[in-house]
Amino acid sequence: MTKAITVSGLHKSFGRTPALTGLDLDVETGEVHGFLGPNGSGKSTTIRVLLGLLHADSGAAQLLGRDPWADAVELHRRVAYVPGDVTLWRNLSGGEVIDLYGLDTSRRADLIDRFELDPTKKGRTYSKGNRQKVALVAAFASDVDLLILDEPTSGLDPLMEEVFQRCVEEERDRGRTILLSSHILSEVEELCDRVSIIRKGRTVESGSLADLRHLTRTSVSAELTGLPNGLASLPGVHDLDVQGHRVRLQVEADQLNTVLRSLSDSGVRSLTSKPPTLEELFLRHYQEAE
Amino acid sequence: MTATALPARISTGTSRQLAGTGALLRFNLRRDRVVIPSWVAVTALLVLSLPGSLRSVYSTPAERADIAHQMLTNSSLRATYGPVFSDSLGGLTAWRIGGYAAILAGVMSLIVVVRHTRDEEESGRQELVSSAMVGRRAPLTAALLTAFAADSALALLITAGLAGQGTAGALALGLGIGGVGMVFATLAAIVAQFTDSGRLAKGLTGGLVGAAFVLRAVGDSTTNDASSPATWLSPIGWLENLRPFASERWWVLALFAAAALLQGFLAYELAGRRDVGMSFLPSRPGPANGRLGTAAALAWRLQRGSVLGWSLGFLAAGVAFGGITKGAADLVGDNAKTREIIERMGGQSGIEDAFLATMVGMFGMLAALYAVSSVLRLHTEETTGRAEPILANAVGRLRWAAGHLTIAFAGAALIMLLSGLGLTLGYGAEPGPILAATLVQLPAIWTLGALAVLLHGLSPRLSPLSWAAAGLALLLGWIGPALNLPQAVLDVSPFGHLPKLPGGEMAWGPVAVLTGIAVVLVGVGLTGLRRRDLST
Repeated sequence: MTKAITVSGLHKSFGRTPALTGLDLDVETGEVHGFLGPNGSGKSTTIRVLLGLLHADSGAAQLLGRDPWADAVELHRRVAYVPGDVTLWRNLSGGEVIDLYGLDTSRRADLIDRFELDPTKKGRTYSKGNRQKVALVAAFASDVDLLILDEPTSGLDPLMEEVFQRCVEEERDRGRTILLSSHILSEVEELCDRVSIIRKGRTVESGSLADLRHLTRTSVSAELTGLPNGLASLPGVHDLDVQGHRVRLQVEADQLNTVLRSLSDSGVRSLTSKPPTLEELFLRHYQEAE
Repeated sequence: MTATALPARISTGTSRQLAGTGALLRFNLRRDRVVIPSWVAVTALLVLSLPGSLRSVYSTPAERADIAHQMLTNSSLRATYGPVFSDSLGGLTAWRIGGYAAILAGVMSLIVVVRHTRDEEESGRQELVSSAMVGRRAPLTAALLTAFAADSALALLITAGLAGQGTAGALALGLGIGGVGMVFATLAAIVAQFTDSGRLAKGLTGGLVGAAFVLRAVGDSTTNDASSPATWLSPIGWLENLRPFASERWWVLALFAAAALLQGFLAYELAGRRDVGMSFLPSRPGPANGRLGTAAALAWRLQRGSVLGWSLGFLAAGVAFGGITKGAADLVGDNAKTREIIERMGGQSGIEDAFLATMVGMFGMLAALYAVSSVLRLHTEETTGRAEPILANAVGRLRWAAGHLTIAFAGAALIMLLSGLGLTLGYGAEPGPILAATLVQLPAIWTLGALAVLLHGLSPRLSPLSWAAAGLALLLGWIGPALNLPQAVLDVSPFGHLPKLPGGEMAWGPVAVLTGIAVVLVGVGLTGLRRRDLST
């Protein structure tokens, strides 16, 4: 099966400001792919290159097996896009804007209902969240293979966020591919099969959430019957905090066994261990290279 | 005690409403540091260059007396330039350029005021500013003060520059031109309370400037001392009635002051009665379902209001100027001198034909402004980010651009036809020659529109330069003949190459060449648009 998106070694500068410095991205057909990175790391630039709005300086990009710059129009029949900052025409109603994109009318009605959108209001009277709903309804109601969503929920309330997540799941069940750029990590954890994390215009991590977790640390907190012994000297242990019988630490996945053995030697009264959250992953990647 | 008393005292006074005005004024002036000085400088230079060029064209007092007499006795020429009250160099300067300089001051002032009021609210920036230590009335006050500063600078430059022709006259002309500016600044402040779009506020107030010019022209065609009621209804007519360099009637200045104060007061009252970002013309719900299936339909939906406005304006102005033309034959003594003047204005033979040719040329140069503004919708759509989702759909850049460009280029033909129709109706003549004359303007209009396509296609940052090009063509056409500029300079404007119709010989050469240039410019521009990055 061809990949929905393949990007390798993408470079793009605006004047002297580099935006992308060798970015790689692979999105399998039919998956929901999380696209993460700090503000200004190049997520939107990548998306604009994928949409053929910007011309990359060097590197290769393919969308649905074709060139996003040369075949823009043909590709866009199969792509729907929700920009991060939705601007509407002030004197066009939401319904008129949605219908600019030829789409499925029964799905349109259903989505307007679920997102609780009033399609008769004019563009200037919508709030940020409602402008986003207009773009989301248009995207979800269109019959496409690939959805590119650039921080689509930043203005939605938690109820609408829930509706959004259901919609994404339905789209995936229909076999559509979704590239989701987001800062809402719980949303990404909930929805995404795989994620790519980028930083300063290049990819620093890519894989399934399980893969990424494997690369990182589990946090363990334990209450012991005896006093802990020799934990600090074990390899792969970080952020050790011992207070009497209480121990908290972070441990790399491949050293978990050794640490558990050491703990049980001291006698364990209670033990909780948490897999690393995406947030911890995220923070580690963002902070370590400062 | 004093610590708690102080805020209470401030909260009751107007000082709280105006808090932050000074900072906003400085901020506005900084944002306008290029636009205002250039606009003021160009307008002032136009006025100040007149005495010298008048002297070179009409070198003896006898010649000047003769031209003044000819101009005063012909109703059509009075309609174009207003009556002459003095044949001194200063008097002729005020007559020849005063009204046009006043229009430039008015347009500058209305743009400045709307830019710092309605545009700011429309974009949402006003919310950010108003959330700071800024009083409710401060933004409007600062905007009016910005316009006042610009108009004062213009008045000062004109007064100082023309003082050699007579201090009193120079002062009257400077204050009158600045006064017209302030009348339209405060008028724009009122209009901006009613519309919720800055573009519409500028368009409506600009239309009122045009109406003031037409009123003055109609009034001056019937009387030779600017005393008709129509002239008195127009602020530009007040400038004539101020009579700079011809025993000034200083009391007329009170009209400017009264109008500006009254309108300013009204704008304040209105602004105090509405919420930030809201307007008095409420927004009605739109259709729940859209019928805009194509990029071209969307472009038409976005531009139809402005096409309608330009169409009505051109038709009405055509009727008014057609009516005025009937008086052109009333010329007392069809002598060689007058023929020379008429030919200088652009005609070849026949006073009425010459006058019609001048009017048609004027419509053409104004239609170029329409063409540029219509083409630059591409620029607005792109830079506001609204083009992005359209282009992320199955719409190619060319098809997206084609919708707007069709409206720009075909719309120019439509409004020119309507102006010709208006002229025919007002003048009561065979429509054929006049309509042909209006259509002959199109290659020049298209060339300027095509220049906008080229600049936008190369880089959106360059596209505002197309306004400068259209403005230059307008100035050369209006003022160029009077300044006795060398042909090489006049030739810069595409309008200078067109045959003078009706009355003149049709020349297909320049028409074909200009059309060809327009096609090439559009082609290169669209190629650039396809190749470059979209700007956001």
